[in-house]
This record gives sequence, structure tokens and C-alpha cells, in this order.
Amino acid sequence: MTSSKTVQTDIPRHEDIVDERLVRWFFYASLVYMGISMLGGLLMAAQLVHWYPIQNIEFLSAGRWRMIHTNAVAYGFIANAFLGMLHWVVPRLTLHRVASVWLSYFIFFAWQVIVLSTAGGIIFGPAFQSQDWVMEAARNLHISMNLGAQGLEWGETPFWIDPVALLGLALVAFNFLVPISKAKGSLYVTLWYFMAAFVWTFLTYAMGNFLPEYALAGSSAGAVGGLFIHDLVGLFVTPLGWGLMYYLVPIILKKPIWSHGLSLVGFWGLAFFYPLQGIHHFLYTPIPMFLQYGAVISTIAVEFVVATVVINFFGTIWGDSRMAFKNLPIRWFYTGIVYYFITCFQCALQVTLTFQKLIHFTDWVVGHAHLVMFGVFSQWIFGMMTYLIPRLLKKDWYSNRLCEWHYWCSAVGVFVMFLDLTLAGLFQGYYWAALQPWEVGLNGSQPFWITRIFAGLAMFFGFLCFVYNLVMTMRKGESNATATATA
Amino acid sequence: MLESRAGVIFVGGIGFFLFAFVSNVVVPVLMYKDQPEKTAEEMVNSNVMYQFVELSKRYEEPFRQAFGEPTEENCAQALRLGRSLFVGEGCFHCHSQFVRPVSNESMRYGKVSSSDEYQNELQRPVLFGTRRVGPDLSRQGGRHGNDWHAAHFYHPQSIVPESVMPQYPWFFDGSPDKPNRRGIAMMTYMQWLGSWLDSYPYYEELDSIKSEGF
Ligand code: HEC
Ligand code: HEM
Repeated sequence: MTSSKTVQTDIPRHEDIVDERLVRWFFYASLVYMGISMLGGLLMAAQLVHWYPIQNIEFLSAGRWRMIHTNAVAYGFIANAFLGMLHWVVPRLTLHRVASVWLSYFIFFAWQVIVLSTAGGIIFGPAFQSQDWVMEAARNLHISMNLGAQGLEWGETPFWIDPVALLGLALVAFNFLVPISKAKGSLYVTLWYFMAAFVWTFLTYAMGNFLPEYALAGSSAGAVGGLFIHDLVGLFVTPLGWGLMYYLVPIILKKPIWSHGLSLVGFWGLAFFYPLQGIHHFLYTPIPMFLQYGAVISTIAVEFVVATVVINFFGTIWGDSRMAFKNLPIRWFYTGIVYYFITCFQCALQVTLTFQKLIHFTDWVVGHAHLVMFGVFSQWIFGMMTYLIPRLLKKDWYSNRLCEWHYWCSAVGVFVMFLDLTLAGLFQGYYWAALQPWEVGLNGSQPFWITRIFAGLAMFFGFLCFVYNLVMTMRKGESNATATATA
Repeated sequence: MLESRAGVIFVGGIGFFLFAFVSNVVVPVLMYKDQPEKTAEEMVNSNVMYQFVELSKRYEEPFRQAFGEPTEENCAQALRLGRSLFVGEGCFHCHSQFVRPVSNESMRYGKVSSSDEYQNELQRPVLFGTRRVGPDLSRQGGRHGNDWHAAHFYHPQSIVPESVMPQYPWFFDGSPDKPNRRGIAMMTYMQWLGSWLDSYPYYEELDSIKSEGF
């Protein structure tokens, strides 16, 4: 770390504790999945505007690719990118290697197998569903033998992969908790978030991928399902994302986080309120009403917590705000933070029962999902990559202009998509409440869906600029020494 | 505690998670413990059997190849397969399965959903759904005939030109009058949804409500 008082001499050298090749591999893998996911999103978007020409090929069915879209982002892009970052950050913060580098490489390959077999299962599974032995097993065991996706959003991972994925998560937790347990002195905020995230991710995955499938049916399964969808974003992606922000922002700005007290409030507030909100995904279902009220209230409570975190980060950049214009990674990060605030503010409104009447089931929710998954977490990850790749490759970016293109296409693209879908959601809600025939609502949605596809294309174009830039940087000959400040 | 390893892992990580688990999961489980989960066989009723037999007559040869005789046991098998495909094809990302007590939904779809409708094997995991690109399907049974469904799955736009639903020609052997095992199972499943209710809601009633100037 760049803390200026590192006078002791027994600090291990960066090269001895960080395996940079592994970080690069995780990044490249995550970018591949991002490309696949965006293609899936574009396929589904094309389906919605009647532009999808490939209707007769089972394995390109838009319904299945919509699940590839969300799963490739969560387990492919975000998980891989975070694993890459963890292999950089955890050793540098704790001054210890991961438990075993061999294990890290094993996790790398195992995780790609998990993601690819999930994709394979989702695409090819349903074709084999009607075979005799599958149907016999379903009858005898009374479980849905879904060779393809399972019936829970984000939990689509086919049942034969779930135990492997869970084992993988346990190994990840072990690999990083060992260096954290060896670290001396008090722990930095980042590590609180990471430690909690390792525990939560494991528990969440275990809960969501086994209980509703094997143990529970009906409304209580719905409660678990809601908890799972929510915790996956809130207890896996969010803490890792914020942990990384707490690490990178002070390093780049070269000053400490504004308020330690607010960091504490942010962490413990999230830890307490976030897991309580799951049922807000299923308001007005047969789930008992008092539980729904509880979820609504804790959701509103967490928005206050979020506000403290956001204030803390604005306090940190206060006085240096020009950095947000000059420094591209900081600009990515703070755009994400602003979008995060918008998402959470929106959430406090949309979670109320009044709003739910109108916007539940509509594109409003999809707009919300894109703003948080792409606008916040993916943009943070892109910022991290923009910052780290020159250090990993020991050369400057091939083109800073392409980096700018990536930023502007993504930041503007996703915001257009968000506004567009939010508006679409309001229209759809009113069409439905007014008991219009379904086709009227479909026709009314077309302009919004067409706009969305162009916003998506802009995001995709930005992504392509980034990938091209990366490839050209890798192929670029000699290194420019400016970007090698990794000590 | 607030900044220590043990505090973060055991209080924040495990403790708060368990607290949420107890309050959000254990509580509803206890509340519904008197409603035992029914098997698919127990969910077969006379309404869906009527449709299952209808399918066996309408598509005699394909039906025999797919399911043999239209017995209740085979109907349960068809329901299981239909549900698996409903999930596997991603239908549940475009169609919800619950009717809310708000937003005039009971007028469009029929009776508001209640817990007992979901305590069965075919709702594990429960298919409430989170998005409606197409309409809710929990009251679909009896709303359209089997031939309608066949034509609709084969090519939705031939029936509803504005439809954005994907085509499912792989539920058929070449043409809409030759559904394969998957096609028949899916139609049975569609006819099963809501078949446990006393009466079906119909679009015609909706039209009459509107013509009365509602
Ligand atoms: C892209 C989203 C999408 C997917 C995926 C989808 N549908 Fe649809 N579905 C629609 C839309 C839109 C309509 C309304 C227009 C129409 O009737 O075709 C509809 C209508 C229907 C209807 C008629 C509803 C009524 O009451 O008139 C049924 C039945 C149906 N879908 C079943 C399915 C099944 C089964 C699947 C999976 C194999 C499926 N849908 C997949 C979008 C979708
Ligand atoms: C190329 C750009 C993209 C396009 C065109 C696109 C399009 C879509 C479409 C059509 C859906 C289905 C919506 C529906 O059911 O009505 C969807 C869902 C979703 N997408 Fe994207 N997407 C894109 C990029 C992304 C990215 C990069 C992410 C995440 C980082 C993302 C996250 C999601 C999520 C979480 C959902 C599920 C929403 C929900 O169920 O509420 N998308 N997307």
C-alpha cells in the first residue's frame, strides 16, 4: 500500500506475494463472459422488438439466452473480475500470500468449468428433459429434475453444478481468509467487507440453491427465493464492490477515507439491514403481509445507511474534485457512486406498496437492475481494470481516447437505458391497470424497447473499444516506464 | 468487536445472516407447517384430466407415442415435464404466476392467489416470477383450447401479430398438429394452471365488465 510510513524493512516485495498472471487471467476470463452476456442481452432485446430472425434453432432461443445474459454477468463477469482483484488486493493489504497459489489456479479453472457448464446446462438441458430416465427419476424422487435452468432467478445454475459451485466458494473463502488471519494490527475497512462477503456468499448460495429446490414449496420457498435474489446482489456483489472502493479510492487520491466513523456505520448498517429485505421482491404475494412490511421498512432503513457511505466518499474527494475529471479510474468510480445513490434512492420509492402496485412486473425493475449491475458494479470493475491493466502489463494504454470512448459509451448508454426503461415501466403499469388488452401494452412498449436496443448497442460498442484497446496494449512492443509504480 | 475479525465474521457474517434467516424463512415455514406439500399426482383434477383426454383424442398418434394412455399417472408425468420446460425455456422470466390484490388484476385474471395454491411439488421452487412481458399464467387453464395453444407455441405471431413471444417449433414434429412429448406436456401444464379453482375466469366477462362502462 502507499501508506507513507512504511519504514520497516521486512515488508515483503510485491512480486513475492501477488501472482500477477493470475490477476490477468481472471480479468481476461471476465471480459469474455461480459461479451457473451451482452450478446445474450442483445438477443433478448431483439426478440422484444421483432428483430430476432433466428427463431427455429432451439439452442439460440431468446428465453434461454436471457438466462445466459444474467448468469454470465453474475458468475462469469463479476465473480471473475472480483476474484482477480482479490488476488491483487488481499495480499497487498495483509502482506501475506493467499493460502496456496496452487489452490488459486485450481479455483481459476474450476470456476470456468462451473460457469461454462452452467451455460451449457441452460442451453442444452431442456432438449434432454423429455427422456424416459429423467422423467422416471422425477417421479420417484419427487424433485424437478431440471437438466437445464432451475426455477429461481440467478439460481438457474443446474442442480448438478450446485454442489461443485458451493465447494468452489468454500475454497475461495479459505484461500483468502488465511492471509487475513495472519495479518497483524487492526484491519482496514476493506477487509471487513471481504471477510463478511466470503461468509455471506457461501451461506447465501447454500440457502438459495438447495432449500427452495428440495426442502420447501410454496410461499415459504418464495421467501427464500426473494432472500436469495436479494442477498446475491447485497451480500456478494455489494460488499466486495465497496471493499474495493475503500481500497482504491484513497490510493488513487492519495489521502485517507474522510471519516472512519461513517465507514463503521456503513458496514454494520449494511450487515444488519441488507439481509432482512429479501421479501421485497415478492410484495403482494401470498407471503404473510407482516413479513412484507418488515422487508419494506428495512429496505427504507438501508437507504439511510447507503447515504452515509456515499457522503463518506464525497467527503473523501472534497477538495480534489478535479480528479474526477482528470483521472479516468476515479471518474469511473465516482460515476458508479452517483449511480449507486440514484439506484438506492429509487429503491426507497419503488419498495413502497404504493409504487409496487404500479411498477411491479414492468420494465421499471429491469431499468433498476441495469443501473445497479452495470451502472454501478460493472463500471467500478471497468475502472479497476483501467487502473490496473497498465500495472499488470507494465505498459501504458495503447490509446487513452479509446478508454474515454469506453467510459462515455458506458456511462451515457446505461443511463439512457435506465431512463428509458423506467418510463416504459410507468406506461406498462398504467396500460395493465387500465385493463387494456395485452397487445396494446406491447405496442406501447415498442418505442422504449427500440430505444433500449440502441442504448445497449452503445454499451456494447464501448465494451468493444475497451477490448480492442486491451488487445492492442498487449501487442504493443516495449514498455513505457511511467505506469510501473506498483511498489 | 466492531473492527475485529471475530466480530465481523461471527456477528456480522454469520449472526446477522442467521437472524434474517430465522425472521424471513423460519417464520413462514412454521406458519405453513399445517399445509403439507402435495405431490403432482395429488394435483391432478378432473378439469385437467378433461383436457388431457381431449389432447389424447385430438392428437391420437403423437399422444400415444409421448404418453401412451391418458391416465392420471401419465397426466402427473406430463405436468412434471411441462413445469420443467416452463423453467428451462425461461418462460418464467416473461410470465408470472400470481395474481395480486391490486391494480385491477383480479378483474383481468380471476381470483387473487392464495398460499394453499402453492403448497405442491410443482411449485418447488415456487414460480411467482418477477416480470411480465406476457400476461400472468396462473389462471391459464381452460382459457384457450389445446389447438389454440398448439398454434400459439408453434408461431405466436400467427395468432397475435403483436406478440413478442419466441416461437417454439421444437415442441412439435414439423407442424402444429404433431406435438411431441414436450409439446403435449407443455399444453397439459398450461391447462392445469388454475384448474384447481371452482370456476374459470373468461375474457368475455372482462369484455362485459368494460362494456358496462367500468
Ligand atoms: C419474450 C418473453 C416471452 C417468453 C420467453 C414466453 N412468452 Fe408467452 N407470451 C409473451 C407475450 C408478450 C404474450 C402475449 C401475446 C401473445 O398472446 O402471444 C404471451 C402469451 C402467452 C400465452 C397466452 C396467454 C393468454 O392468456 O392469452 C401463453 C399460454 C404463453 N405465453 C405461454 C408461454 C410459455 C409456455 C412459454 C415458454 C415456453 C412462454 N410463454 C414464453 C411473452 C413471452
Ligand atoms: C448490451 C447491453 C444490454 C442489453 C441490450 C440488455 C438487455 C436486457 C434484456 C432484454 C433483459 C430482459 C428484460 C426483461 O425481462 O424484460 C435484461 C435483463 C437483465 N440484464 Fe441486461 N442488457 C444489457 C447489458 C447488461 C449488463 C452489462 C448487465 C449487468 C452487468 C445486465 C444485467 C441485467 C439484469 C440483472 C437483468 C435482469 C433484470 C430483471 O430480471 O429484473 N444487462 N437485459
